[in-house]
Amino acid sequence: MDSALGDLPVSGALPELRNVHWRRRVDESALRRADRLWTLSTVAHEVPFLITAAVLPLLAPVLAIVSVFALLFAWVIPALYAARGAGVMRPPRRRPGMSLPAEERALGLLGDLVGHDARELCARTGLAVERGRFGAWVVGPAGALLVRPGGRRVQCYCVRVADAELPSADRVAHLLLALRADEAGFATVANLTFSGARRRLRPHLAPPAREALSRARRAARA
Amino acid sequence: MSQLIRMDRTGHTVLARWSPDDLAGTEAARAALQAELERGYLAVASEPDGSATAVRDLPLEAELVFLRRPIAGG
Repeated sequence: MDSALGDLPVSGALPELRNVHWRRRVDESALRRADRLWTLSTVAHEVPFLITAAVLPLLAPVLAIVSVFALLFAWVIPALYAARGAGVMRPPRRRPGMSLPAEERALGLLGDLVGHDARELCARTGLAVERGRFGAWVVGPAGALLVRPGGRRVQCYCVRVADAELPSADRVAHLLLALRADEAGFATVANLTFSGARRRLRPHLAPPAREALSRARRAARA
Repeated sequence: MSQLIRMDRTGHTVLARWSPDDLAGTEAARAALQAELERGYLAVASEPDGSATAVRDLPLEAELVFLRRPIAGG
C-alpha cells in the first residue's frame, strides 16, 4: 500500500487516484473542456431533430406530425441526460438492518464537520454544501454536484463509499472529507455523468437537493 | 485534546484521544491508526478552518483525525 501511495504525483493527493491511474488529474481547463464537450454533444443531438422538424412541413404539410415527434425527441434526449445527472443526488435505499441511532450519530458528526451556515441545511436535507476552488459543491451520499463559478452551469459526479452498510450521513462525511483533502483528486476519481445548465438539472432534483443547489448557486456567485 | 475517529456503521467511533505531551496516549493513538490503515481505512486530518489533509502517520498537532473508507466513481 505504501509504495503505491508513494507513486502519487501530488503530495496530499487522494490514495484512491491509484485506482484510476489512466485518468489525467482534473484541473480548471479539464473542467472547461468537459463543459464544452457536453455542450457540443447536446447541440449534436438536438440540431438534426430541429432541422427535421423545420424542413418536413415545407416538403409536405402532412409531415407536420413527424415534426412534432422530432421536436419531442429534441426535448426528451437532453432531459434524459439531465435526469441521469440528477440521479447522483438520489438517496440510496435504506437497508433494513440500519439503525436510527447510527444515522443520528452520523448526522451529528456531519453537522460538526460543516460550517455554521451549512449545519442547518445539512440537518434538514442531509446534504452538505462546500465551497471549493472549482466552484460550490453539493455533496450527497452517492455523488456530488459542482456548481461552476457564476452559478449557471452544473456538473454532476457519481462517487460513493464502497460500504453499503454505512449510515447515509456518514457517506456524505466520507465524500466531504475526501473533497476537502484533494478537490482535484476527488473530481478525478468521480465519474462525470452530466454537465449542463442548472435550469435543466433543477426540475429533476428532489426538493431537498433543489434547496441545496440554490444554496450552492449563491455560494458560486459570491 | 485530539481525537482519532473512525467513521463506521455505528455512525462513528472514537478510537483514541491524545495530546502532544501525553506519550502513552500518543503511542496508543499511533498504534490504533496503523491498525486501521492496515484494515484498509484511509486517514484524514481535519482542521478547524475546514481544510483537510490526507495523512499516513499520526499528526500530533491535529485536533481531529478521521478514518474513512476509500471512495470510487459509481
